[in-house]
Parts: sequence; C-alpha cells; structure tokens
Amino acid sequence: MALQFSPGTETEFIELISRYPTRHAALLPTLFLAQKDFGWISVEVMDYVAARLELSPSKVLTTATFYTMYNKTPVGKCHIQVCTTLSCAFRGGYELLEKLEDRLGIRAGETSADGNYTLGEAECLASCGTAPMFQVTDSHGDIAYFENLESDAALDAVLTKLNERIESLPDPRKMH
Amino acid sequence: MEELFLSRNFSVKNAHTMPVYEQGGGYVALKKAVTLESQTIIDEVKKSNLRGRGGAGFPTGVKWGFMPKESDLPKYLTINGDEGEPGTFKDRSIMELDPHRLIEGCIITAWTLGLRYGYIYVRGELQVAIRRLESAIKEAYAKGYLGTKILGKDFDFDLYVHPGAGAYICGEETGMIEGLEGKPGQPRLKPPFPAVVGAFGAPTLVNNVETIAAIPFIIERGGEHWAALGIEKNGGPKLYGLSGHIKKPGVYEAPSGITVRELLEEYGGGMLDGSELKAFIPGGSSCKVMLPAALDAQMGFETMRDAGSSMGTACITFMDQSVCMVRIASRLAHFYHHESCGQCTPCREGTGWAAKVLGALEAGHGRMEDLDLLMDVVDNIEGNTICALGDSVAIPVRSYLEIFRSEFEEHVKLGCCPHPAWSIRGTKPKLTKPRADTHQADA
Ligand SMILES: Cc1cc2nc3c(=O)[nH]c(=O)nc-3n(C[C@H](O)[C@H](O)[C@H](O)COP(=O)(O)O)c2cc1C
Ligand code: SF4
Ligand code: FES
Repeated sequence: MALQFSPGTETEFIELISRYPTRHAALLPTLFLAQKDFGWISVEVMDYVAARLELSPSKVLTTATFYTMYNKTPVGKCHIQVCTTLSCAFRGGYELLEKLEDRLGIRAGETSADGNYTLGEAECLASCGTAPMFQVTDSHGDIAYFENLESDAALDAVLTKLNERIESLPDPRKMH
Repeated sequence: MEELFLSRNFSVKNAHTMPVYEQGGGYVALKKAVTLESQTIIDEVKKSNLRGRGGAGFPTGVKWGFMPKESDLPKYLTINGDEGEPGTFKDRSIMELDPHRLIEGCIITAWTLGLRYGYIYVRGELQVAIRRLESAIKEAYAKGYLGTKILGKDFDFDLYVHPGAGAYICGEETGMIEGLEGKPGQPRLKPPFPAVVGAFGAPTLVNNVETIAAIPFIIERGGEHWAALGIEKNGGPKLYGLSGHIKKPGVYEAPSGITVRELLEEYGGGMLDGSELKAFIPGGSSCKVMLPAALDAQMGFETMRDAGSSMGTACITFMDQSVCMVRIASRLAHFYHHESCGQCTPCREGTGWAAKVLGALEAGHGRMEDLDLLMDVVDNIEGNTICALGDSVAIPVRSYLEIFRSEFEEHVKLGCCPHPAWSIRGTKPKLTKPRADTHQADA
C-alpha cells in the first residue's frame, strides 16, 4: 500500500516546508510527522519522506539513523524512558527503572508481548531538579514528562493513568 | 535577592501568553530598541558584561560585533535550546514559563544585527516548550512584532521553532546548524565560524536561550545597570539549577558572583538529612569535579577557573558521601561515548576506551596499570578533535582520577566497588546492565 500523510498531517507538512530555505532543512520535523502517522520509520517511510522532500533516500537514511528519537524498529504503544544520568541516578533513577521492570514484567530494552510498553533508559532530559523521572512517548508521538517519582504511590498513579489510555492508542507495528 | 529578572514570570499565571506578558511590561524593550541605532545597542550589550550562557561564557557583545554588517545572503539567528548537558535544566524553564521573553530578545537581536530569519532549536523531547514557543510566536505575528515592517520600521524578521531529534552533539553550535539543515549533527571544523559561514552558508549568530532572554532587560535598564548586578566581567543575575543530594532542588535566579555555599544553603536548602557534601560539579558534567573546600568560590567564569574548574552552565550537581567517584567517571565516559558523533578517531575510539577501562575498574576487574592507561587515553583525546566534546570527556575524567585517585586504587585492591548504591536509599547499582537504548540496535 502506498503511504500517504493524513489530511491533517499534509496541512502541517505544507506549512512546515514554507519555514525553511531548503527542503532538506524540513527533514527533522517531517520525520516526526511521518512517525506520528506511520508509527515508526521503516525504509518504506524513509523513501516516502525522500520523495516528498525531493531528497535522495540516502540523505534521509543518514539523518534518520543519526537521531535517537526516530524509531527504526517499532516500539510499544507507550515508550517509557527513565533518565539514569547523574542527578537522576542520585535520586533513584536506577531504582525506578527496576521497579518498572517488575511492574511491567519486561527488562530494560524490551517490549511487552502485547506491544503495549517498551522500557528503556534515557540520558539527562533537562529535568534534574525534579528527579527521578521518566518520559513517555506514545504512538501519536506525544511526549509526557513524569517527574518526582521517588515514592511507589507516585509511580503507581502514573502507571494507572497510562493503563487507562493504552487501549485507545494505535499499535505502531500496525500503523503501516 | 530583591528584584527578579529572568525568573520574574516563573510563578506568574499564564505568563506564557501575550496579554499577561505585556501587562508585566513585555515588549516595551522592543519598542525602545527600534528607536536605537544598531551600534548603540551593541555597545550597551558590551557594557553589560553579559556572557554566553551556553557554557563557554563568550562575551555576547563581542560575539555580536563579529557579525558582518553587509551580506549578500540573508543573515540568520539560531537560538540554542538543545539543553542536553547532564545536570543542566535552566533553559527549559525560560522556554516553558516565559517564552515571550526569549522571543522579544530574538526580535531585538535581529533588529540590532540585521538578521532576517531566526530558528529556535529546541531539543525534541521538550514538547511543552515547543508548543508554548510556537503559540507565543503566533501571538507575536498577530501583534506585528514579527513578519514584515515590524512596528512600522523597515524591518522584516521571521522566527520559527526547529525541533531537535535526540542528539546531545546538536548542542554544539555547528552540530546544531547541521541539524537545522536536516543533516546528521556532525560538528564542522572552525574556522570558518558561524558568523562568517553558518546556517545555509550565510552569516549566522548562535546564542543560548538564557543569553538572549537577558537582552530585553539590558535595553530597558542599560548595560551599566546590568553589569552592576554582577561581578567583574560577569554581568547580571543568572539562573542556577541545583540538583543532587539537596533538600530543595530547582532553578533559582541569583547574582553572578554568588558563592556555591550561598546557593547550596540559602537556595538549595542544604544537603539532605544524613547527607554530607563529598563533591560537586559546578556547571554540567563537562566541568572538573570540585571538593567542599571550594564551596566559597564565586560563580563567574574567571573565578571558577581560578578555583580549579569552570562555571559551564551554572547548574550545580551536589553529591554526598554515598557516591562512588569511579562510578561517576564511568557513567560519564559511557554518556560521552554514546553521544560522540564519531567523526574524529580520538573522540570515537578514546571515549570507548575510557568507558571500557572505567567500567572494568568500577566492576573491580581493573589493574593498577589501568590508571595510567586511562590517563593516556584521555591525554590523547584532549585537543585532538573537531569539537569540544572530546575535551568534555577528557577534562572531567582526568579530574576524578587526580582528585580521587585513592578511590580508584581501592577498587583495584578490593576487586569490587566499596560503595553499594547510587542513591542514599538505593539498592545495588546496575551499571553492568546492557544499555537499554532500543534505538541504538539499528543505528
Ligand atoms: C558538546 C557540546 C554541547 C553543547 N551543548 C549546548 C547546549 O545544549 N546548549 C547551549 O546553549 N550551548 C551548548 N554548547 C555550547 C555551544 O556550542 C555554543 O557555544 C553556545 O550555544 C553559544 O551561545 P552563547 O554564546 O550564548 O553561550 C555545547 C557545546 C559543546 C561542545
Ligand atoms: S570531538 Fe567527538 S563529537 Fe566532536 S566532532 Fe569529533 S567525534 Fe564528533
Ligand atoms: S539527570 Fe535526569 S534529567 Fe538531568
């Protein structure tokens, strides 16, 4: 099936390319739009983005693979990334990661069998004063920060919230 | 501190919207600026002793003076909001809580230097900052503060937000420009400097978020007033981010030249109960580690250098007695290795070697010879790379090894790490766990 941006994304895309003097410069934000619509950045998605921006596929490939926020393989509906850099590590970042491993039944680096959650680490997310924390990227590409997660109660409240929403989120594996 | 500047809107409700920002005196500085000559403004900024807040502390007025007056190509403004230096979390507050302050600063800067287009490069994770900046920019267009014929003057300036996509190296100014152009963030050899050949081959000014957010105040009060709020060569108040084992972590505004002790005790609430200060990092992980004996050092670029480290981003990480210095060095080497863009061999290979050696030492598998090997590795990185990321690993790693050498030796002798935990309440550390970065597998 040939890929095509949704009508809303198409409007955003047209506005986006007007911001830059070259089409190449629109590549980073366009890859975010593509990830929002298609769930992850496959070679097929890269080819589509290349065509839309009139770039060679290799240019899109080198950029897409350089930046960590583009998923070159699908992740879960919610991608949880715990900051484990110094300031967070001091306030329980690694412990938070372990608690999540227990709660979700997966190890860091893994995706749950139902495709709901992927767990991982992140480097300093500019949230050092509200450590420990994690960010959650959902399959619409929206990112939420959850901060000050020192207590079990705070963590449980976040997980309950995520679980309530998870059914309504699309599965990135099935988005294209 | 009596009057707040950079953080005055942080606790004002809806200060990120135009009506509230203008009620608080917003855009008055812009209206004044467009009545002033370019050179007058540059002179005020020079007099203010404003220093670059991205970490290097370059005098802002001097940098502005490097921008060519004439150019065949339109000149660019690029704002560095990539905030990724471990321990640093100040620019995020400005972008989320007071976006108009930054935008007003951008417009004044563009007026002064004849810049035609501006991009605020915000790290992609900070979606709240991105949304707030975008809606504030819309409001500014609606008011005629952006676009063509701004405030009825012969002055056109367009401003956009550009999202980063997860790469610490895009905080380096030429890496950022590559990212703006849609390319991998691999820093460029300098010269040419961005002021000559920057974004899209045109003269480009690169300044940090906090640097430009200070500009409206300098216009309003004058450069001398701003300078008087600091110490010699370091003008104005600034934002300090305090984190680690302290009672009240957070972002605080205080004068330049305040001591680390004052920040810790009067703003940060002191160390946590049961915690004793063992060491601190004064301005992001690229700085040399410092001991409690340096607590009375003043926060200024020269004063911190004289005290044996650097001010960097002025976001201080405090560490208590439970912290293992070998583990810190190991974790940092791991970070820089992960973030190296890979173009220079000394950085790419050296950070990898440093991470390996330090990992082995921390795990208790090290030998005494490894300490010299490590020194050798970092010596070979420093000064031999395209950008300063290489130095950013060499300098701190060497400082941990020099200042805490006995801890490194203890690991070798014991064959294990004597410090059980990362955090004071912690369980056992898990540094040996494989990296969980799911993106890296296919990168
Ligand atoms: C590896 C590396 C990372 C950097 N990260 C940032 C950053 O996140 N934000 C920033 O403003 N400057 C960062 N800098 C400094 C910039 O290169 C540049 O000096 C700064 O943005 C200039 O603005 P200023 O003069 O207003 O400080 C970094 C430098 C290096 C070498
Ligand atoms: S020093 Fe490291 S990060 Fe900087 S350009 Fe060289 S390889 Fe890239
Ligand atoms: S160390 Fe975790 S957000 Fe900075």
